[in-house]
Amino acid sequence: MKHFLSGNEAVARGLYEADVRVGSAYPGTPSTEIFENLHPYESIYHEWAPNEKVATEVAYGASIAGVRSVAAMKHVGLNVAADPLFTAAYNGVGRGFVIISADDPSMHSSQNEQDNRHYAKAAKIPMFEPSDSQECLEMMREAFDVSERFDIPVLFRMTTRVSHSRSLVEFGEPLKLEAFPYSRNTKKYIASPANAMVHRVELEEKMKGLAEYSETSPFNVVEKRGGKIGVISAGGAMLIAKEVFPEDTSFLKLGFTNPLPMNLIREFSENVETLYVIEELDPFMETEIKAAGIDCTGKDVVPPMYELNPTLLREALTGEKVATREVDAKAIPRPPVLCPGCPHRGFFYTLSKRKNVIVAGDIGCYTLGGSPPLSSLDSVICMGGGFTIAMGMSKAFEQIGEKKTIFGVLGDSTFFHSGITGAIEILYNNGHVIPVVLDNSITSMTGQQDNPGTGYTLMGEIADVVSMEAIFRAVGYRKIFTVDPQDLDAMNKTVDEAIACEEPCAIIVRRPCVLIKRIKHERALCVVDRDKCKSCRRCLTVGCPAVFFEDGKATIDPNLCIGCTVCMQVCPFDAIYKEEE
Amino acid sequence: MNNDVRTIVLAGVGGQGTILVSRVLTTALIDAGYDVKMSEIHGMAQRGGSVSTTVRYGKKVESPLVGKGAADILVAFEQMEAVRTTPVLKKDGIIVVNDYKIMPLPVASGAATYPDNYIEELSKAFHVIAFNAGQAAIELGNARVMNIILLGAMVEAFDMGNLDWDSALVKQVPTKFLDINRKAFELGRSMARKENA
Repeated sequence: MKHFLSGNEAVARGLYEADVRVGSAYPGTPSTEIFENLHPYESIYHEWAPNEKVATEVAYGASIAGVRSVAAMKHVGLNVAADPLFTAAYNGVGRGFVIISADDPSMHSSQNEQDNRHYAKAAKIPMFEPSDSQECLEMMREAFDVSERFDIPVLFRMTTRVSHSRSLVEFGEPLKLEAFPYSRNTKKYIASPANAMVHRVELEEKMKGLAEYSETSPFNVVEKRGGKIGVISAGGAMLIAKEVFPEDTSFLKLGFTNPLPMNLIREFSENVETLYVIEELDPFMETEIKAAGIDCTGKDVVPPMYELNPTLLREALTGEKVATREVDAKAIPRPPVLCPGCPHRGFFYTLSKRKNVIVAGDIGCYTLGGSPPLSSLDSVICMGGGFTIAMGMSKAFEQIGEKKTIFGVLGDSTFFHSGITGAIEILYNNGHVIPVVLDNSITSMTGQQDNPGTGYTLMGEIADVVSMEAIFRAVGYRKIFTVDPQDLDAMNKTVDEAIACEEPCAIIVRRPCVLIKRIKHERALCVVDRDKCKSCRRCLTVGCPAVFFEDGKATIDPNLCIGCTVCMQVCPFDAIYKEEE
Repeated sequence: MNNDVRTIVLAGVGGQGTILVSRVLTTALIDAGYDVKMSEIHGMAQRGGSVSTTVRYGKKVESPLVGKGAADILVAFEQMEAVRTTPVLKKDGIIVVNDYKIMPLPVASGAATYPDNYIEELSKAFHVIAFNAGQAAIELGNARVMNIILLGAMVEAFDMGNLDWDSALVKQVPTKFLDINRKAFELGRSMARKENA
């Protein structure tokens, strides 16, 4: 029987079949569902770590102790985890250790589209690139064998379309493995300079062995058809190439792409008249193939950025536009917005009414606080950057003698991820920044994952709740304001007090996300009294998708409204009232 | 290559039930013995953004996604999403569109107005089957079955009636909602027949 699985679900199954025993991850689109789908497999301990560096270290520790382990993250997460990754490559592994990176070409849900294949090369580790769900499962099993055979961590590189596309999958027989017996091995696991000098040489030897493996890997295969055109491709781009090139095209399908099988590539190239290298994002393979003196066509025609699709590739290869019909109408953009009842709305509305404030934001739902009409953010860079970008700005303004009120804003999960070090930085180096945590008690943008502040683990166990108040206090903040953002007067007053506060202070803006299922939320309905409405449009400035104008008056969609009352509180004419349900 | 592969695109706004439709659709196709691939973008779906799902089926499907000018049929759960997604259609593509509007924020905030000529303009370029599935669902007794009404209409418009849809509904719809979804499916088929006549 075949199963219709997403790449992420197939990876979860592959982890189970490979008898992985410990997994640690930080949620991030498009990788999140891998760990959410480990739930049925009781043999795998799996957790959300506070960040990707922690996840990678936890998984690596488990490998050292003798069980197979995995860490999973989105592409930018690997930037955070790069530190342990590069040294784990030197030391090698105990039982197999695989790091999954899910890249996001076209930035469907990301701040950049970095091509993480370069990490495999830079860290000198082997890499697999599945193209569909069946390969996600089978390559995961193989990745663990390679990790153990060559004593090295393996990078498992996916992309949004591989993670989120569904195709038919046949299951394999799950393995049942013995743990490797643990004994202290200081030469291997203490990365002192003396040991690292030795590991450095060993790593080059391992890469030579891996280059040989690459030549005969079951996932690097020639599909010989005609002798005219040959295509080398890997990952999701391979399926697109297969769709587009004519039937008599020969393919060299690469599933194992670092190190590349250069002998196989050379032999393949010699048997075709024209060689194409088709890859999404950077010319990762092409650069190396050309450096080996093999002539090929690649990024001179294939776009070097954004997600590839069959039409784009066909147009790139033929130079002809695909025929479409024009419709004489334009769609208005439908940007993502803060949900009706979102607790972030009250905070951003409050800041949107203030002049001369600078707000450094962060990655999460609250990034949407930067969109109109709230338009309350100056920057969003990376996880944890809310506090520290603000710090740098405050020091710059001090240097040039400008007085500004500066807020650093991030969410609860982001605070635990990498906000705490920023909070320390602000206090330690006497920054004039007000750190704000928007605590909605869940990791929301990625689809409701637990974190150290929620009281539950990924496996559903009750956990200690890590208190951000206690952390701020322990760091040395003298005043910690806690406020409900749905009470606009209180929110406004808190911001005033924090600005006036002469001592280091922090604000915790706290109300749970309305999408959290295990909490019973109060539900009500806000209704417009059309006689009282003076059409001033103030209610539209809160940016709620439930509030709009119809026939010149404010109107609230009863199907969307949950009765948070933020629009009601801003109405100067008391034209909005609340109906209890 | 893959000339026998057909492509269906579902487009709507987060929360409109495109996921259930794609599940029923792919179940029926897999049960009929097709190779099936499906791709969806859902990162921001919960935040009221546009969502779209591509379903491809045939003897052997390679790419799970298509680009411009490649889909056989577009099922749009909302008027504006139909307009937004039409570039994906082949020149002789078919559109099943729900005569239904969800205001995007620029319209709600008064920065833009929602045009009222979308269906008219779509019909000038494509074969369009348009009806108000939202209203039909309310009349049937459950506003949420709008999605299955649209599925029924698609099955009729795209001549897919030979697949075992009832079995797919039984597998994917919770038992207590099965009856109304069966009715919704049949209603969608008859509405499409009427529109097509």
